[in-house]
Amino acid sequence: MTTQPGVREASRATLPLASHRRPGVRREARKEGLFGYLMISLAVVFVAVFTLFPIIASLGLSLFKWDVISSPRFVGLANFQRLIHDGPTLHSFGVTVILAVGIVALQLSLGMFLAVLVNQRRSAWAKTTFRTVFYLPLLASTAAVSIFMGYMFDAKYGVINYYLSLVGLTKVPWLTTTWGSMISIILIVVWQQVGFTFVLFVAALTSVPSEVLEAASIDGASAVRTLFQVKIPLISPTILFATVVAMINALQLFDQPYIMTKGGPGTSTTTATIVMYQTGFQNLQFGYASTIAIVLLLIILAITGLQFLAARKLVFYQ
Amino acid sequence: MSVTIAARRRPAVKLAEVVGVVLLIIAAMFALGPLLWTITTSLRTPAEAFTNPPQWIPLHADFSNYSAVFDQIPIGTFFVNSTIVTGLIVVGQTITCTLSGYAFAMVRFPGKNIVFGVFLATMMVPLQTIIIPVFVIVKNLGLSDSLGSLIIPALGSAFGTFLMRQYFMQMPVELGEAARVDGASRFKVFYMVYARMAAPAIATLAILNFSGFWAEFYRPLIFLQSQNNFTLPLGLVGLQGNLGTGSISVVLAGVILAMIPSVVLFIVAQRYFIAGITAGSFR
Repeated sequence: MTTQPGVREASRATLPLASHRRPGVRREARKEGLFGYLMISLAVVFVAVFTLFPIIASLGLSLFKWDVISSPRFVGLANFQRLIHDGPTLHSFGVTVILAVGIVALQLSLGMFLAVLVNQRRSAWAKTTFRTVFYLPLLASTAAVSIFMGYMFDAKYGVINYYLSLVGLTKVPWLTTTWGSMISIILIVVWQQVGFTFVLFVAALTSVPSEVLEAASIDGASAVRTLFQVKIPLISPTILFATVVAMINALQLFDQPYIMTKGGPGTSTTTATIVMYQTGFQNLQFGYASTIAIVLLLIILAITGLQFLAARKLVFYQ
Repeated sequence: MSVTIAARRRPAVKLAEVVGVVLLIIAAMFALGPLLWTITTSLRTPAEAFTNPPQWIPLHADFSNYSAVFDQIPIGTFFVNSTIVTGLIVVGQTITCTLSGYAFAMVRFPGKNIVFGVFLATMMVPLQTIIIPVFVIVKNLGLSDSLGSLIIPALGSAFGTFLMRQYFMQMPVELGEAARVDGASRFKVFYMVYARMAAPAIATLAILNFSGFWAEFYRPLIFLQSQNNFTLPLGLVGLQGNLGTGSISVVLAGVILAMIPSVVLFIVAQRYFIAGITAGSFR
């Protein structure tokens, strides 16, 4: 523990009775420190016990074999070696990445499209109404969405295939084929989550200074050109942010495939988190499940890192 | 932008506007359609529920599903469980995060930056990565298959601390200094001056936690075994599994009932939901 932070923040500091030479300043500082520790103590205890320690424990457990009943046995990197040759688990990582990329691509582009359209509305009433409408799906729990979407996507009786058949299309086997189930999951997640991206983008677009847009207009730039060459570069930090957050969430996808397809048909929607759940809580292989969890964390960190790297070239900071 | 368009209303611009509005209305129909279908289908008799076309306007609304859902599963118990879990987490995190957020923003103490750095680092780690150790800790605390297994691990939050700290950082230190000179204790300065000013941030955090924990499925699935401890999302999924396709409208009635508190809160506090999106996306 250094005292440097305190020194650095001296300008912000509360030194109520302070003149540095006066005796009692040290005692005051000590009192303030004690007050600080008391104030953070509750949060520190809970975060330490239920977040920090579990992170370390997860790392440790990934090096053990543990069936919960007998005591854990140290196996070194054997779990990681097993993972490299574990076809179904590797497949689930592939499924996770494909679904996540599909979700993020659709969610971001649709969110941007809707935000641009709403941003063009002049009446505040229209803006508020559309914002409310696109937010509403977020009020349902993912479990609820999975339940009613499961009925709606039903191949035989579902309302979606009914309307498709009305316009002369054949019934789509949404949840019972490999591609159908993956596309369904992507559509259902995006249906619910797009409002999140949309709200972020509307806020960003609203904050683009009007002088910039007027300048573009005076220079004769078309609306499309203004969008791609002025607005989108200006809000690119928000786009990066939305992409990173959506990707982190999508890589942890669990509820929708677990409830709607149980990861099926076969393993076509079995995400890494589903395999981890089955390994840990159904097959009671806590060590190996921790290994899967750690690898998932590494994948999330790597993909997030990649996005920030790509952003160096693409994102424009004012 | 709006000024320039208004200034020269060329036909092409007008056409583009009409197309824009039409596209927005179509998008709104897609956003609302599934919710409307859920409501109207919950008002059809179970026998009719899966017949197409759906009845978009419930001419013969049949509310029997709403009483049936109480008969077929203990949805009242699920409601109480969800309320206890969500309520206590919201209250708990409001207390712990406001206290710690204030200290990290306004109080000087040795090691502050290190502790805060550790908090920030833990925010990056997904729930799945820590769920097994948390499960073991919960078991060793004797909390297995209880509401406490959901509540106690969620009472502190690095994210909530971060959110509150960011808000307190914007506040002027002079107010507190003045109150101190007037003889107020450190805690009184926090409680009487700054915590009150932080009401919008507290509301945002509370709404975020409400939305997150009211809808939570993953931890209840892992931590709870007995049905009388189930929260709403877990109970509804169980209802769907047990009843099969014969009682869709009953299941959907349950889905609608579970959504009511969120919708009411949204109507009352919409701006905090919207604020939570920008803030909550840091999680």
